[in-house]
Amino acid sequence: MAAHKDLLTFNKNGIYCSVAGVYIDPWRKVDKALITHGHSDHARSGSKSYICHKDTLPIIRHRIGKSIEARGIQYGEVFTINGVRFSFHPAGHIIGSSQIRVEYKGEVWVASGDYKIQDDGVCTPFEPIECHAFITESTFGLPIYSWKPIRETIGEMNTWWEANKSLGKPSIISAYSLGKAQNILHNIDKTIGPIYCHGAIIAMNKVLQEAGLFDCDILPVTDDVKNYGNALVLTPGSGINGPWAKRFKQASIGVASGWMNLRGARRRRGVDKGFVLSDHADWDGLNAAIKATGATKVVVTHGYQDIFTRWLCEQGYDAVSEKTLFEGEGSENAEH
Amino acid sequence: MKDFTTLFLALDSTTKTTAKVNALVSYFTKARESDILWTIALFSHKRPKRTVNTRLLREWAAELSGIPLWLFEETYHIAGDLAETIALIIPVNSEDSRKSLTQWIQEIKSLAKTEEEVKKDYILSAWNSLSGEGRFLFNKLITGGFRVGVSKKLMAKALAKHLGKEESEIAHRLMGDWTPDTVSFQELLLSEDFDQTLSKPYPFYLAYAIEGEVESLGDVKEWMAEYKWDGIRGQLIKRSGEVFVWSRGEELINAAFPEFQELLTWQLDGLVLDGEIVVWKEGALGSFQDLQKRLGRKKVSKKTLKELPATMIVYDILEYEGKDIRSLPQSERRQILDSIFNSGEIPSQLSLSEVLEARSWEDLKALRQGARAKDAEGLMLKHSNTPYQDGRKKGGWWKWKLDPYTIDAVMLYAQRGHGRRTNLYTDYTFAVWNAEGMLVPFAKAYSGLTDVEFKAVTKFVNANTLEKFGPVRSVKPELVFELAFEGITKSSRHKSGIALRFPRIHRWRKDKKASEANSLEDLESLL
Repeated sequence: MAAHKDLLTFNKNGIYCSVAGVYIDPWRKVDKALITHGHSDHARSGSKSYICHKDTLPIIRHRIGKSIEARGIQYGEVFTINGVRFSFHPAGHIIGSSQIRVEYKGEVWVASGDYKIQDDGVCTPFEPIECHAFITESTFGLPIYSWKPIRETIGEMNTWWEANKSLGKPSIISAYSLGKAQNILHNIDKTIGPIYCHGAIIAMNKVLQEAGLFDCDILPVTDDVKNYGNALVLTPGSGINGPWAKRFKQASIGVASGWMNLRGARRRRGVDKGFVLSDHADWDGLNAAIKATGATKVVVTHGYQDIFTRWLCEQGYDAVSEKTLFEGEGSENAEH
Repeated sequence: MKDFTTLFLALDSTTKTTAKVNALVSYFTKARESDILWTIALFSHKRPKRTVNTRLLREWAAELSGIPLWLFEETYHIAGDLAETIALIIPVNSEDSRKSLTQWIQEIKSLAKTEEEVKKDYILSAWNSLSGEGRFLFNKLITGGFRVGVSKKLMAKALAKHLGKEESEIAHRLMGDWTPDTVSFQELLLSEDFDQTLSKPYPFYLAYAIEGEVESLGDVKEWMAEYKWDGIRGQLIKRSGEVFVWSRGEELINAAFPEFQELLTWQLDGLVLDGEIVVWKEGALGSFQDLQKRLGRKKVSKKTLKELPATMIVYDILEYEGKDIRSLPQSERRQILDSIFNSGEIPSQLSLSEVLEARSWEDLKALRQGARAKDAEGLMLKHSNTPYQDGRKKGGWWKWKLDPYTIDAVMLYAQRGHGRRTNLYTDYTFAVWNAEGMLVPFAKAYSGLTDVEFKAVTKFVNANTLEKFGPVRSVKPELVFELAFEGITKSSRHKSGIALRFPRIHRWRKDKKASEANSLEDLESLL
């Protein structure tokens, strides 16, 4: 591929397809943005038009603005811009999350956005897409990250909730309002007690519910509720330390995140319980996903990209590392 | 080891003292005595000697996981804990050995003089017979450092509750250099005559730093003031014609300080003294560096003994004529001490801490200001009614140190922290300008900033790294910090020619550019 220019390149605005003149997950304002999923570090405001999966559409309309020019498409549906064929395929990360397949003159690239291999029962599971070049994340690209099956982690949550309930203590779990919250709400044992959610999660659930994408009976946290002793309360991380959380007297606090795999991270957060639950692929998941694409070239983005790139090179891939604008090295806030 | 694992998880998942005490008590109720004894030992940093070095552990873990060593090392730098990195990196299994804590420890100890292959076989099969937390704790038994927030005091509290004894008695019983190999559970915790153990030290009474205005302590006449010396805290025991010297870290330091054996010929016996061990040469106090040359020695040469002789500046007496007198008020204990020093011959290795005359807090403030000229760190204030308490207690004793020296320095290198702070760059090397306009590194410091500040510095480090050396990065010399330190001495071992005592970060001087930091000349002027 000597004199050949890469089909997808990284520039100051984002991942760029020069032949089609479009960006994937641009972090600056561009004319045409293809969006892998609705998390705020991938779907940013200000671009003139957006194309995303149809299930991502209500999410970005909610988050970026009702009036944006945006089009939703189905998984597998192909559209062509200036001779470049684009299609979206399930990434298994959150509802609507997609890998974007880009094909031009027989060469295929896949930009995977964020992905996980395990089926959480909420979003369409990840599908490997054959390609020549694969753009992968590396959020958990270290061999210490290995996830248990989701049902096992949820089982730990159920046990913990039951135990707190028997002591009359509220159970609070910190989880992202888009993705982790639905993952937990779908899988947790709802017969244990009532489930309350922070306003941010209520708002997101309402958007998903109106679009027919997710349904679950949850209650808003209000001043009228006198006793949360038997309840599970879900909140985004910002809710835990603020005055909002003060009402839950004697509460046991848990955090659901892949970072909870490390004791140091649990101690930093100073919480009672860490649940290892992630919407990203673990080490084995990343390696298996890359292998399944059959790609020879791999572009590694946000996470431990330098380490993971070196590892992939040693495995025989033509791997390079690209920094995206908004992610630092192993930032614990970067797991969306 | 199941019970121990459960205990560890319970301790690790809470910061609340009562929850920790309850977890310990429930463990003590279930566990075997030998396991309890080892648990106490491990949490009091009485780890068995390391029988497998960590380089080998790292190599074997990488091999077993099928990853290159460099990837193991990079991962370890990020995880920040070797035992945990190994536990997580090697493949998961569902085995869970039923061996007891004591058995694991005995097996690890028995590896001491074995061939590398024997060690390897043992370690690999141990890893394969444990899962998750059990594997992590097994690694900790080898690498050490159980940081689960169990202080001595907390341990004593839980044991006292479990055994129905006084906390102060348990604290006393746990003192000294016992190990589970030299003492049984019965002997350590239940024997009637534990205080007959000749070498047994008392728990040290530790002072808090004074907060707010000194006047808030009330009437100055109720307080006894002394200089606070920068030596090492020691307890000197003379019982039945034997002499034992203990450091505050509960190490027996007889070998490092053989001069105290000369007290064998002193007529007094059955007494325990508390004081500061310092080097006293040519009628003056030696520097802390002089003292460091005396520490950690198994044998001290005649030359060193002559050049750097040690003295104990005695300030308290805990046992007199074979009786524990810790419950007597400070003033009475001091009277006894005075009477000893006023009558008869005092060995040259002992000197009496001077009680400072003061009629007002103003007098004491002036004395404190003059402390540096006396090579003291400040003053100690002791209430005349206080008994000699055990551990760190507020109210009876206060340390009233001088304000530290400060200097503005430029950050040159940054290194990742450990444990809780492994995601942040927390350990920095600082430099000042020399006459040629070069930055000369002179101190390392790793405390004094808030988590928020550490995060901001980490962001700077990530964006301004010049070179990486494993976990260390050299950064653009741009950030200026005010360092505080307690003392400064000449040192031929340091490139800068000076050594600081207890340097730490005082504040981040965001208002200063690197060019405005202090010079080596400024530092030297403090010598």
